[in-house]
Amino acid sequence: MKVLMFGWEFPPHISGGLGTACYGLTKGLVQQDVEILFVMPRASGDEDGSIGRIINASDVNMPDSISSTDSFWSNISFLPVDSGLIPYLGWEEYAHIAQISQGSERTNFTHLGGKFTFSGKYGANLMEEVMRYAYIASKIAAENEFDVIHAHDWLTYLAGIVAKRISGKPLVVHVHATEFDRSGENVNRTVYDLERMGMEHADSVITVSNLTRDIVINRYGINKNKVVTVHNAVDFSGKETVASQKVLKEKVITFLGRITFQKGPEYFIEAAYKVSKVCPNVRFVMAGSGDMMNKMVRRVAKLRMGTKFTFTGFLTGDDVHKMYAQSDVYVMPSVSEPFGISPLEAMRMGVPTIISKQSGVSEVLKHAIKVNFWDINALADAMYGLVTYPTLATALQGEGTAEVNALNWDDSANRVKAVYESVMA
Amino acid sequence: MKKSLCFYFQIHLPFQFRRFRFFDIGNSHEYYDDFNTRTALQKAAEQCYLPMNKVLSDIIKEYGQQFKVALSITGETIEQLEMYAPQVLKSFQELANTGSVEFLCETYSHSLAFLKDEHELDRQLLKQAETIKKYFGQYPQTVRLTGLIYSDQIGERIAKLGFKAMITEGAKHVLGWKSPNYLYNNACNSDLKILLRNFHLSDDIAYRFSDRSWDQWPVTGEKFSEWLHEVDKHEEVVNLFMDYLTFGERHTKGSGIFEFMRYLPQEILKRGDFEFQTPSEIIKKHDAKAPVHVPYPISWSEEERDLSIWLGNDLQNDAFNSLCELGVKVSFANDEELTRDWERLQDSDNFYYMGTKWLTDGSTRRFRNVYSSPYDAYINYMNVLSDFILRVEEIVNLKIKDLLGNKKYAGKLEGIVSLSQDRYTPLQIKKAVEALKEELNLDPVQRSEKAAKTKKSITEDVKKTPKKPTKAKNK
Repeated sequence: MKVLMFGWEFPPHISGGLGTACYGLTKGLVQQDVEILFVMPRASGDEDGSIGRIINASDVNMPDSISSTDSFWSNISFLPVDSGLIPYLGWEEYAHIAQISQGSERTNFTHLGGKFTFSGKYGANLMEEVMRYAYIASKIAAENEFDVIHAHDWLTYLAGIVAKRISGKPLVVHVHATEFDRSGENVNRTVYDLERMGMEHADSVITVSNLTRDIVINRYGINKNKVVTVHNAVDFSGKETVASQKVLKEKVITFLGRITFQKGPEYFIEAAYKVSKVCPNVRFVMAGSGDMMNKMVRRVAKLRMGTKFTFTGFLTGDDVHKMYAQSDVYVMPSVSEPFGISPLEAMRMGVPTIISKQSGVSEVLKHAIKVNFWDINALADAMYGLVTYPTLATALQGEGTAEVNALNWDDSANRVKAVYESVMA
Repeated sequence: MKKSLCFYFQIHLPFQFRRFRFFDIGNSHEYYDDFNTRTALQKAAEQCYLPMNKVLSDIIKEYGQQFKVALSITGETIEQLEMYAPQVLKSFQELANTGSVEFLCETYSHSLAFLKDEHELDRQLLKQAETIKKYFGQYPQTVRLTGLIYSDQIGERIAKLGFKAMITEGAKHVLGWKSPNYLYNNACNSDLKILLRNFHLSDDIAYRFSDRSWDQWPVTGEKFSEWLHEVDKHEEVVNLFMDYLTFGERHTKGSGIFEFMRYLPQEILKRGDFEFQTPSEIIKKHDAKAPVHVPYPISWSEEERDLSIWLGNDLQNDAFNSLCELGVKVSFANDEELTRDWERLQDSDNFYYMGTKWLTDGSTRRFRNVYSSPYDAYINYMNVLSDFILRVEEIVNLKIKDLLGNKKYAGKLEGIVSLSQDRYTPLQIKKAVEALKEELNLDPVQRSEKAAKTKKSITEDVKKTPKKPTKAKNK
């Protein structure tokens, strides 16, 4: 079986969980004898090639003719209008960029052959890159042999649709996050339309959790019979944890992730404030950066708990592991989290974990404390319990590590393969 | 009677903190960025201190005792000069030797802690006074506080320490119709005289001098002495107070600021209606005309002349309150290194960096912010402070446990602290200090006096031991 897969990022150059998930899944699929052609906007050459062939869209030479552009346009007359937009950013930053690009007309690109260079980032001209990516996909689809098309997240849906039109092969779209997760109720209409279009054109939709599946069915109006949940897993092979001693005598409760609306940082702070009033010997750490960071710093200062609450800024690589090693409790109070891989990493390091019920990962985990994100009393209770009752912490530690180590991509890949088979039949 | 003209320049550079990360808390106690501190010092020395000292010494050579100036240089800056630029320290000492320069007293570390902690005010002022005595051979009589902060209450406290005068801002909202060009006295204690900054004429030099859009640009010696001449004939004192970095840094060499200052005394003395005097001369020559009432602290900063650039937002207040809470414990711990870091953490510049006011007005900044944002400054400061708190708690705990283990003290401490606690509140420590005051000699003022005495005898000893042998070797 041969799959043409469209992704936007791939390790080692990633900015979020999407690349990691793609990597784990493709590795699992290779184990299942699935052959993969992985297309990404900009490959750097240091990606792990063992998963199959990686096609760098920036390297594809397009024919030198106006007619090919024209025929492309006639094929995708359903394209939405261009707008400068960036996924995974808050509306404030978006409004700023929208203002800058105000007045710019639809970027109707004309192309005289040669190559496109993609940034592969989530920049201001993202929408244009999405379209160019789809344009290049039309060529790749025409020149390669494959049985199924698989597109990850809305950035690549358009490419998937184009490939499906040209090749006539079935399309599977994989929903790692929806616009509702990224922006709450203030959805970007263009992104929403693109997402729905992708889901409607797809022969099958894979969601990373039942939470996301419900959103796809209820808010995008997709027929529930073609929406399948395949939970993410986590691949720890080749990632040895750095041995690091805990230096602080205080208990450390950690929030690690982007400081944005989606991750619920303010609930963490409010609960921390409640806990700090009864347990003086606890330090809270907010690791990461994001558009809500300054607001959170102000809130901490306002609550006069700056000596007990530390901001680390954005952490990378080993520092993330060092951070887990310093932590006694890990908290992920996400308002909306399609899946959420970081609690798994924390649990693997033996850190007892509190997660919100509004996260996909809570569907697969048993040995974590689950609370509603908005329930700061419950969150404070859980934090207090974990730093005060050693038995509770030890129990979660042991069971949690075992539980996480049992998760692997093979099961998930198996289920994805089953989806492929169902659409090919 | 001739009017008095008083020049006073402020000299301070902070010790800069390094990037202190979360992982350093409890792990590393090295807080300072020596390279940045040193670079800033060398820049200031080259652009300002050395050339301006030269200008002052040239003027004094020409006019002798006719020219007077007052300087205040923080203990922290003296420490840095001694470490990184001894030649600059030497040039200040040469100025001191001319007899035309009066050195003022202020908090040793450019602190704001006196707003909350009177003991710390006493301790730092006395430490600074001893430092000035040690390096410049004069014991200061006049006090200026960080940012020229002043209030009736602060003035009263300072009078108790035996100082004769304080200088502060001639803030409009305090003076109303009154003129800053007289000598005033403290509202609670008439023995303490108050000199008020004439902000109009001071800022003509400090801020507007190189502003080409100003209708009075360029300012020359003739023009400025003409403005001085226009001061009402009944008025007695004009105080021109400004940061030393005005010369060479805020107004670069190319603006002509050094030439302006070099030849200004000549113009002023030629007219003959003013004489140069230092604050301690002024309080002898003139009588205080009235008390000045300042119920709330004022300063020389911003339009509001208040504390808002240091303590104007939640970031600053959280950091400052957390710091001040430690005073009792640090004093109880009585540890040399701890006290040194405690002083440096008090430096008002740390709070200035956390200001959000500059987001709207960036015109007249003393320093460029070394942090990327006020939030960044707050985060780094709180990381350092968190580590510092851990150290303080540890030493305090050890010390209390020690005292409780000693039968001599244990009885007195009973009912105040107990062995089973792993953390003591500031109030408990305060009570413990009061209970053991006699035995432990914990009163900060007494202690610093004692320390000063022992230090003095040490320095005298050093002086007495002749250095000849080493010289002989050199020859």
